[in-house]
Amino acid sequence: MEDLRRPIGFLFSLLGVILLLYGVIAPDVRAPLDADINVNVWCGAMLLIFGGILLWLSFRPKRS
Amino acid sequence: MVLKRSERVHTANAIRYNSCGKESALTLRAIDYVSLVIYFIFVLGIGWLAKRKITTSEDFLTSRHSVPVWITSLAFIAANLGAQEMIGMCASGAKYGIMTAHFYWLGAVPAMVFVGVFMMPFYFGSRARSVPEYLKLRFDEKTRGLNAITFAIMTIFSSGISMYALGLLFELVLKWNFTSSVLLSAAIVLVYTLLGGLTSAIYNEVVQFFLIVLGFAPLSFFAVEKAGGWSGIQQRLGPVMTHSWRYVGHASENPMGVEVFGLVAGLGFVLSFGYWCTNFLVVQRAMAAPDMAGARQTPLFAAFPKILMPFVVILPGIAAVALMNMAGSGYTLPLKPGGGFDYDQVLTTLMAKFYPAGMLGIGLTGLMASFMSGMAGNVTAFNTVFTYDLYQSYVRRDAPDSHYLWVGRVTTVAGVALSIGTAYLATHFNNIMDFLQLVFGFVNAPLFATFLLGMFWKRTTGDGAFSGLIAGTIAAACTHGLTVAERKGGWMGTNLHTFPSVMAQNFWIAIIAWTACLIVTFAVSLVTAPKPESALHNLVYGVTQIPHEGQAPWYKRPGPLAVIVLAVLVVFNIIYW
Repeated sequence: MEDLRRPIGFLFSLLGVILLLYGVIAPDVRAPLDADINVNVWCGAMLLIFGGILLWLSFRPKRS
Repeated sequence: MVLKRSERVHTANAIRYNSCGKESALTLRAIDYVSLVIYFIFVLGIGWLAKRKITTSEDFLTSRHSVPVWITSLAFIAANLGAQEMIGMCASGAKYGIMTAHFYWLGAVPAMVFVGVFMMPFYFGSRARSVPEYLKLRFDEKTRGLNAITFAIMTIFSSGISMYALGLLFELVLKWNFTSSVLLSAAIVLVYTLLGGLTSAIYNEVVQFFLIVLGFAPLSFFAVEKAGGWSGIQQRLGPVMTHSWRYVGHASENPMGVEVFGLVAGLGFVLSFGYWCTNFLVVQRAMAAPDMAGARQTPLFAAFPKILMPFVVILPGIAAVALMNMAGSGYTLPLKPGGGFDYDQVLTTLMAKFYPAGMLGIGLTGLMASFMSGMAGNVTAFNTVFTYDLYQSYVRRDAPDSHYLWVGRVTTVAGVALSIGTAYLATHFNNIMDFLQLVFGFVNAPLFATFLLGMFWKRTTGDGAFSGLIAGTIAAACTHGLTVAERKGGWMGTNLHTFPSVMAQNFWIAIIAWTACLIVTFAVSLVTAPKPESALHNLVYGVTQIPHEGQAPWYKRPGPLAVIVLAVLVVFNIIYW
């Protein structure tokens, strides 16, 4: 394993995409106390952005 | 961490007594199991990838200084972030308010700075493979033996007791079967530590750290938001809950029942330095760094996320109490069947109220991740100490390395099996576990005095260290036997002092044990023959070349890093004073 950021980036991107899609497909799945926000969409996006940043860091060309 | 030792069994008890509660259950949907399964596959995959690197016993047990510093730094705090830490800190947030942050700001960060700046040059420079081995090099065989045996036993019991608590929690809130959830989570930890050794445990701790933070930070955000932000919380709760220092002048003024000297000297110095500077579980992570500079940076880098952890683990608990005081918020603290609040369920009830199906799975995966990081930390520290400090020292000294690799693997399996055994023992004999925790506290309390004298006074002798540790442990037991707090202690028949709380009693037991160890080690060292200076190179201050890192950029040098950490720490203490 050369760079741990890559597998972790994949994991969080995958979890983020699944959660985001679930939030979009089932928008009426809400929690009792914050029913006015679609928690799954927001948190899925957060996980996806975090995973994406790690992937970008691991794939960007190395400065020579 | 420090709280964990004394409150672990109480957490477990509270969960057990409440297992007839009803409104506490979480309902999981298929989507929630998806993230849990993806996580399981991922940690096993990391173990499989790390397996390729393993050819010698040191690859398996110590990672041979091969792990990048950002990874050792996150592992340094993740190995300590067990599931009981998460549940317990949230519970303490609800019980004591922002004062709970002392367990991080006072009870961890200063000690992390100290171990990085002052102690790592000796741990790393000595080339010891473990903390007990350092004691052997610095002092003698008996001091190492005492430390190795007590550490090995405590690690197994810690791991078993936290497994027990998690099994009960899953049984209670998820209606999972105790046996199958305990066995499944233990089996996964076993497989990945057996495949990739310490390297895979450390790599997975990084994944687990991110899952814990990303799984719980939204909960903190939503709960605080609902309670009207920090100012809303301040309005709804008394000032005692929202100030960390203002009410510590007298024990009767704050909910912890501690006064400032006991808090600072007991928690902030003796217990905190005793854990973060001498416990092999955390020191092992720093020692896996590629070089001396990395080993010293590990606890210093780790201090930054550590300072912020209270906002993830403690703040939800404080917000929960504020929500309860808010008319029509829809949240009430869970109750015990016998009356009173069940603080240990604050975290899971908050998840049920703020996380819908989907995000609930991520939060639960975070809880599972915290359990696994704690357990893998215990298992990897146990197998190293057992293989090198007990087996290689007392059973077979000169075997080929492949033999020790094999012993390391067998010990990993045995460690997990013994943890499971302890978890079952705890279901039947909870008072024995309570008793053992108490004894472990007595053994741990004096440790830092031994290391402090050993590292910074070259006259300290092995006989001095050994008798100091014994004396400190006895002093701790006597303090507990002669004082009473909340009807605990006082078993020696005479009550010399009544403490306002068990926590205050624990802090003072630690202070007295540490002082006794310091005095006895000092006195005995003066009348016994010290090691010659030539035998103390790289082990003691004064005869060790302290690495000069003048060429490195400022953000990599221990001195400037330590100053920045402490400055940030002071700022947070002022904001929430």
